[in-house]
This record gives sequence, C-alpha cells and structure tokens, in this order.
Amino acid sequence: MTTARQSDLKLNLALLALLFILSGLSIIAGRVWIPLDHLGDADDARWLIITQLRIPRTLLGLAVGAALGLSGAVLQGYTRNPLADPGVLGVSSMAALGAVLTIYLNLTTPWILPACAMAGAALGIVLLILVAGPAGEAVGFLLAGVILTTLATSGVELALSLAPNPWAASEITSWIMGSLADRSIAEVRLAGPFIIVGGAILLATGPALDALTLGEIGARALGVSLRRTQIMIALGVGLSCGAAVAVTGVIGFVGLIVPHLLRRVVGASPSRLLIPSALAGADLLLAADILVRLMRGANELHVGVAMTVLGAPLFLALLISMRRRLA
Amino acid sequence: MTGLACDTIRVRLGDRPVLGGVTLAFRPGEVAAIVGPNGAGKSTLLTCLAGLCPPDSGGVSLEGRSLSSLPDRERARVIGYLPQTPEIAWRLDVHTFVRLGRTAYRGVFGESPEDAAAIDRALVATRMNAFADRDVTTLSGGERARALIARALAGEPRWLLADEPLTGLDLGHQLDAAALLRAVAKAGTGVVVTLHDLAFAARVADRIIVMAQGRIRADGAPHQALAPDVLADAYGVDARWIDATSGPVLDIIGRHA
Repeated sequence: MTTARQSDLKLNLALLALLFILSGLSIIAGRVWIPLDHLGDADDARWLIITQLRIPRTLLGLAVGAALGLSGAVLQGYTRNPLADPGVLGVSSMAALGAVLTIYLNLTTPWILPACAMAGAALGIVLLILVAGPAGEAVGFLLAGVILTTLATSGVELALSLAPNPWAASEITSWIMGSLADRSIAEVRLAGPFIIVGGAILLATGPALDALTLGEIGARALGVSLRRTQIMIALGVGLSCGAAVAVTGVIGFVGLIVPHLLRRVVGASPSRLLIPSALAGADLLLAADILVRLMRGANELHVGVAMTVLGAPLFLALLISMRRRLA
Repeated sequence: MTGLACDTIRVRLGDRPVLGGVTLAFRPGEVAAIVGPNGAGKSTLLTCLAGLCPPDSGGVSLEGRSLSSLPDRERARVIGYLPQTPEIAWRLDVHTFVRLGRTAYRGVFGESPEDAAAIDRALVATRMNAFADRDVTTLSGGERARALIARALAGEPRWLLADEPLTGLDLGHQLDAAALLRAVAKAGTGVVVTLHDLAFAARVADRIIVMAQGRIRADGAPHQALAPDVLADAYGVDARWIDATSGPVLDIIGRHA
C-alpha cells in the first residue's frame, strides 16, 4: 500500500533527522563542552578533542547502534519472538569470546581480533539454530541464548584471567559491559565496512522474515529457502554484530528495545521494521552515550551498563505480557 | 503426463512407514478429497504433493517435470499450500497477511501492479475486502479460514492443497468454505484437500481418495469410493448410503464387528 510506504518514509526521515541532532550533540557534549562558535577553530585545543575523540566516538555509536538495532529486528523476525536480541541470545557474548581468545593467545595481527569476533558471532547464530532447532520455539531460543551467554561470558572471564595481564579485571568488565569511550578513527575504519556489508545482507532477508510469519512450513510453501535465510542471518549478524563487539564490547538490549518500540508505529510486519530499527538503534545508542558522558561520577559509566539498566526491566515486562498471552 | 502426480512415493518417519507406495494423478478444475482414519498418512501425502517433504523413494511430478528439480520460487507460484494448523506469528492486518501469498512474485522493487490486483481479487473472491484493515489474529474462525484461503489465492496457484481446511469451523462456515473451494476449482485450479468428515467430503469433492495405513484403499466418485466395504476395511466402521432429499447421505451404523 502506498500510504504505508509513505508513513514508513516519514518515520525514517524523522529518525534520520533525530540522528543528525544527536550526532551534533554527541560532538559538542561531554566533560569538555565545545561552544558552537568554536567549532572548526583549528587553533583551539578543543578542536583536537572533536577530531580525535568526539567524531570517532559519534561515528562508532552510529554504526554500532545501527548494527545492533538491525540485528535485533532480524533475530526477532526469524525467531518470531519479540524477546530476541543479539545480547540476550548470547551472540554478542560469543563475539566477545572470539575477540578475547585472540588476546589470550597473544595473536597481534591487527585484523585477527575483529575476524575472530565476527566468527564468534556467526558461530553463536549457528549454535542457536542447532540447539533450538530450525522450527525452534520462542522458549527454546531463549534457553539456548541463556546457555550461550553464560558459557561465553565465563569464557571471556577465564581467558582474560589466565592471560598475563595486570588489568584483567577492568578488561573483563569492558568486554562484558561495552563502552564507546576513548575510541579512535582506527576503530571506525576497522568495524565500519563490515557493519555496512553485514547490514546490507540483513536488509535482504526482509521478504523471508515476512514469510516466516506463517511458520517454517508456511514460509517454505511460499518458496522461501530456510537454509539460505539462515546462512544470510549468520553472515549478516556475524559481520555486523561481530565487528561492533570487536570495537565496543557487548552492548545488550538495543536490539530488544528498538523493534519493540517501533512495532507500535510501523506495525508487526518484520520487513518494514528493518530500516527503522537500524536508524532508531543508532539514535538510542547515541542518546545513551551522551547521557553517560554527562553523568557525574568518579568513572564514566559504561554505556553497556546503561543499556542493561534500561533494557532489563523492559525484557521482564515483555516476558510477563507474553506469559499472559500464552496462558 | 499432465497435472500433479505422484508415483509410488514412500516416506518413513523414524521406523514407522507413513506412506507405503502411493501413486495418484490429479486433474485441474477438480476438487479431490483425501480421507482416512488418523495416522493414515493424509497430511504427509499432501506435504509431499506440495513439494515440502521429499519422499524417501518415488517422485512427485508437475506437468511432467519432477517437482524436486523445480526452483523453490517457481514451485511456490504453481502450488499453494495451507497447513493444518497455520501459524500466524505477528498481529498483521488482513491485507498485509494476504500479501504474503505474493512472496514468490516479490522482486527487488516491492509490490507490482499485478501483485496489487491479485491481492484485490483474492480479497473479493473470499469476501474479505471489508476486513482488509482488521488484525488477522483477532478474526473469528470463519473469517480466519477465509483469510487463509485468500492468502493462498493471492499467489494465483494452479494447484491449491489444503490440509483440513474445514476443521474447527461450524456447519455454516464449513458450507461457505466448501463453496469457496468449489468455486476455486471451477475457475480451473486443481484443489486437493484432506478432510475428516466423510459426509462433507462426499458433498464437496468430485473425487474421494480413501487412505489407511499409508496406502490407498479406494479412489473414485464419492459414494463409489466410500462404499460400505471400504469403510469397514479402512475405518473399522459399518456404514451405508441412504437416499435423502439433499442427495445420498452416509449413515454410520457402528463399529465393525
């Protein structure tokens, strides 16, 4: 319907406009505020903060938020379960485990860490599908996700504790509760291309996700290849979430919150949620990161902690409302 | 060979043989009903015919071509399939739901004018156009059955295979849905349904196939296929045909001694 397409376009433009505003705020806000009339003044020492810290941090927040929001929308569509999210299902933890193993094994080639993180995330998806089964029910996926999260998180702690590393404790925290602080343009260059490629693969799963509304057999009857869809999801989530986790650590619940809120606006059709989820994921993570920077404390709060504080109660509320519906 | 046919197909689920060599051919424009006691293999046969369950041996052919060699999308354009307990995971409006029937036609540019026209025709044929904006998960049983058939019709299949499409409907809505299936067949589509209710099957179908224990016990016009000796053999039930004002009616006497 054209009207539906028009309203989707309006929503996407609104989310995009919000993204511009948040990006601007993200560049000027923080411990050091940068007044607008000093932007672009190369003599001002604060210009260095903008180019070396704030711009990379903003770009990274954008890319990682979009990757997490889109992955969440795709995983919810595939599992037909509004509680799915790369963090909740253990995919992000698997990516962190992949990354941390390279630290433990002291592999220092620059691309090896993100490569292993992406492999970990893709492996996480494959394990989820194997354990929960292709026709996996909502509960099956969540239980498989709990097991995967627990195992991978313990693996991260184990690997970092055993590594000859005096900062193990703080490293463990920053992998499990991710952060955007003190990142440089190098991280953007490292993760950006993979997030874009993975995101493009995920956007292409839209029609298959719609067909899966009718269940596995219903989708197959409509000519959808389940195997192909699973491979695309493993690749797409592997690349985008794996790359995201490689540069920020695990940031959960973005992919849970965003599709849930958007479903009220665009309806439940999985394909129509994809682009808005990517945009709103970027919005949400940037907004959370700005708030985290503005909070006064001895140490800056990890944005992963903030997302969990926001997301966990929503998860609980969703679970209770689902139980009521199933009962 | 024309039409949809299967040739000595066998399917085993674990140790249990579900289909033990079934050979059938269906013609377009006809309603064929597959009946039989529970566990006879009706649903498995239908999923095989729909190309969704590759048989362990034997093959299914569509207009002389092997169904398994057909690309998924092409098969999906020709054969529409309605599962027995259709899952509807999200609260979609009826129009969006029916549009899913066009999945195998959907290109990179989204919906074409042909898609929109086919969706409209399906909604009109099933009298669901007034419900287009309703949430499909909150429809009544009869409306839901029509929405499901509309979704299948939107794909404009040459074959419509429906597993127990009348189950769970009250009498009036059973008659409506049956009339709809007859109209679909009259328009040239081959309709194959599995049914539980023999009297209804006799009323709806041009042809009845009686299955038991994975094999075909009878195949023919309704009260020829549902002859007393077939029913005694397949169901273990004594029954006879009685002439009533509405036509021949099946009178169930009791368990076969």
